[in-house]
Order: sequence, then C-alpha cells, then structure tokens
Amino acid sequence: MLKKRIIPCLDIKDGRTVKGINFEAIQDAGDPIELAQRYVQEGADELMFLDITATLEKRKTLSELVTRIASEINVPFTVGGGINSLDDAKRIIDAGADKISINSSAILNPELITEIVNEFGSQCVVLAIDTKCVDEKWEVFRNGGRTATGLNAIQWAQKGVTLGAGEILLTSMNNDGTKAGFALDITKQISENVSVPVIASGGAGTMQHFFNVFNQTKATGALAASVFHYGQIPIPTLKQFLNKQNIPIRL
Amino acid sequence: MIAILKYNAGNTTSVENAIKSLGYAALVTDDVSLLKSAEKIIFPGVGEASSAMKYLRKRGLDEVIKNLEQPVLGICLGMQLLCESSEEGDTEGLGIFKTKVRKFPLKDIVPHMGWNNFTAVNGDLFQHISIENDCYFVHSYYAELCSEIAATTNYILPFSAALQKDNFYATQFHPEKSSLTGLQILKNFLEL
Repeated sequence: MLKKRIIPCLDIKDGRTVKGINFEAIQDAGDPIELAQRYVQEGADELMFLDITATLEKRKTLSELVTRIASEINVPFTVGGGINSLDDAKRIIDAGADKISINSSAILNPELITEIVNEFGSQCVVLAIDTKCVDEKWEVFRNGGRTATGLNAIQWAQKGVTLGAGEILLTSMNNDGTKAGFALDITKQISENVSVPVIASGGAGTMQHFFNVFNQTKATGALAASVFHYGQIPIPTLKQFLNKQNIPIRL
Repeated sequence: MIAILKYNAGNTTSVENAIKSLGYAALVTDDVSLLKSAEKIIFPGVGEASSAMKYLRKRGLDEVIKNLEQPVLGICLGMQLLCESSEEGDTEGLGIFKTKVRKFPLKDIVPHMGWNNFTAVNGDLFQHISIENDCYFVHSYYAELCSEIAATTNYILPFSAALQKDNFYATQFHPEKSSLTGLQILKNFLEL
C-alpha cells in the first residue's frame, strides 16, 4: 500500500538552517547536512529544502549545498526558493535535487511551470502555494507571504496542475508557526480538486495534527519544520503513532 | 567499473552517488566501447518515453543496449524502455521484456508517488528483501504483469515493480532513492 509521507522542511539561509514563525523572526537551527542525515536515519520519507537567502550572490552557493546533500542522503528531496527561470531549475536539478519547487515565480510567469516540465517532467515540479484566509476566501500570497495576488487558492492549484505541476505544496499562512494544526478545510478542498499529490504544510504541533490531516483530507504528505528541528515530535514516535491509528506509513 | 548510461533522460547524480557509497567505481558515459567493456551497466531514466527512445535510436544506443551481455539494470523509465512498447508518446521499446507499458487509469492520484511495498518478490535483486519493505516510486505509466516479473506492487492495479530476464534486470522504483532497502537491492545487483 502507498504510504503517507512525512516531510521535514529545512529553511536555508546563507547555508544554515533557520526557522521563522509566521514567516518572520528567524532563528538559527543548525547545519543542514547534519539535520538532513538525522532526519533520514529517523525515517523521513522525503526532505524539503527551502532557500530564503536574500541576496542573489549568496544564493549561488545553494547549488553547492544541493550537491553535498545529494551525495549524503538517499531519499528524495525537493529544493525551493528563488527559482525564477528554467536555468535556475536546471542548476538545482543538475546538482542532484529530485524536484524543485516554485512559488512566486510561477505566479508572475505561469508558463515557467510548463517550461520546466517540458525539460524535466512533471515529477520534478512542485508548485508551492502560500495561502491565507481573507474574508472567508483562501487567497494566494507571493514573495514569502508578503504580497497578496488576488488569486483563489483552489483555482490556482488547478491551473498549476493543468500547466504541468506534478505536486502541490500547500502552506496555510494562518496556521504556519502556530502549532495549532494543519488547515484541514483548504487542504481537503484542494486535495479533492486536483489529480496530483498534495503536501499539507503549516501548523503541525502534535502527532494528532498529522493524523487529522491524513484522516480528514486526501493529502499524501505532511510537511513540518520546527516540531522536528527542536525534537518536540521525534519522527519514529510519530510514525509509530500514525501506524497504530491505521494510517499507512513506512516504518 | 560500473557504467551508467548517459542520455537525455537520466538524472544520473543520485545513481552515481549510491553506487559510490557501496564502494564501487562508477562512470557516467555514452561511449560505446566503455559501455561494452563495463562490468555492469545501469540504465537510469527520468523523463518522457518516446523522446528518450528517439534519442537512443539516433545514436545507435538502442542496438548497443539490446546486445549487452553483462548484467544491466534499468531503473524507472529505463525499465519501461526495456519493455515492448509504451503508451507514453506511443512508442516502441527495446523489447527485452515481453510486456507493455500503459498509463495508470485515473481512478486515484496519478503519478503513483511515494513509498510502497510489494505483493510478491522473487529473484536475484530481492535477496534479503521482504514484501513489507518499501521503495520509492514516482511514475504515471506502469508495466503490465508478465512472466518475467521479479516483484509486484499494487497501486490502482497490480503492476510489475521489477523484472528479470537473462542478464537484464529492472525496477520501476528508484533503488537509489529508497534508503537502506534500495541500497540492498543495488548491492544485490552489484554482487551478481
């Protein structure tokens, strides 16, 4: 049986892992390679590396980091952040990433999804969507959650899939950093309205939250950062818990 | 030396890393004489079937692959290209394995992406592997069940997760991305 995926996310800034709360307040959280290796040993099914390095110059070091990650870990990993062109995507994939995720750049230039898909295939392209519930509507935000786009999250997800995206990474900004649980309603709506896998992100605080998102939505993956970084939820304990609750999981 | 076939549909970095981590020398190449003299050959693949086949034919690599005598391991698209035909781009394959590649019916999420276990395992690649072990899959097309099957998996329907015939071996999943289980399968191939 196909297993649900537990995906730790490592936010990368200038080659270090960092963690923010509600898209702000950055704290240092360690060496990315060390953390990645630890997660894989503990049973992480995939890893997500999100580069939030501000300057273009420092961002170039990202492909070197990707090469090191690829040589150290043997589970699939996705790299996102600052991928604005086919060339950016190519550099990261050639360095050894299995998938790239695009967010703001796809909103500004939806054709970019198709360009990357035509070169590397749908399975390489994750469309990351940051969404916030405003006046009871789930709106898409770009630029690290700073800029409203007027796009409806469900429609944008569907359009992204039509353009070729092979997977949706859905982050609820209302929930991110709150540890109050995943945004079940929007995750359910999007996962029931696209044909590709959806990863839920934002809000994981307890093991029950992971159960809820797998039990109540069609998400096939759940992504979290701080609960794993700071050891609040050890991955093996989480996976045992989900297994006992009859969620298909890789032990 | 282990040769990894270089062509237009291979993300070869992870395969190369995995082989090196097992202590073997690996070379990514499309040089025919190097391929022919390699101890074993890995035929990876991520991408679209018909354009990959066209590329192989244009360079005469299709005939080279078919006539290889040393152990060959096709991975993912590499496995699908070793079959008779594929519905992806409606192309003929290399015809080593007597089975056809079809698109998954859209009765569930496609691609089949993530970790899945087996319903049966058999043969050289699966020494020390049980049906409970999970491997990492990502594919929208599958090879139908056939008599050359080495492992079966269920997703939407039962399909060929691995094939074996003479010196040809193939896995639909990515052993290089399947943690310790995948490394064991690669090790089994490298120790043939």
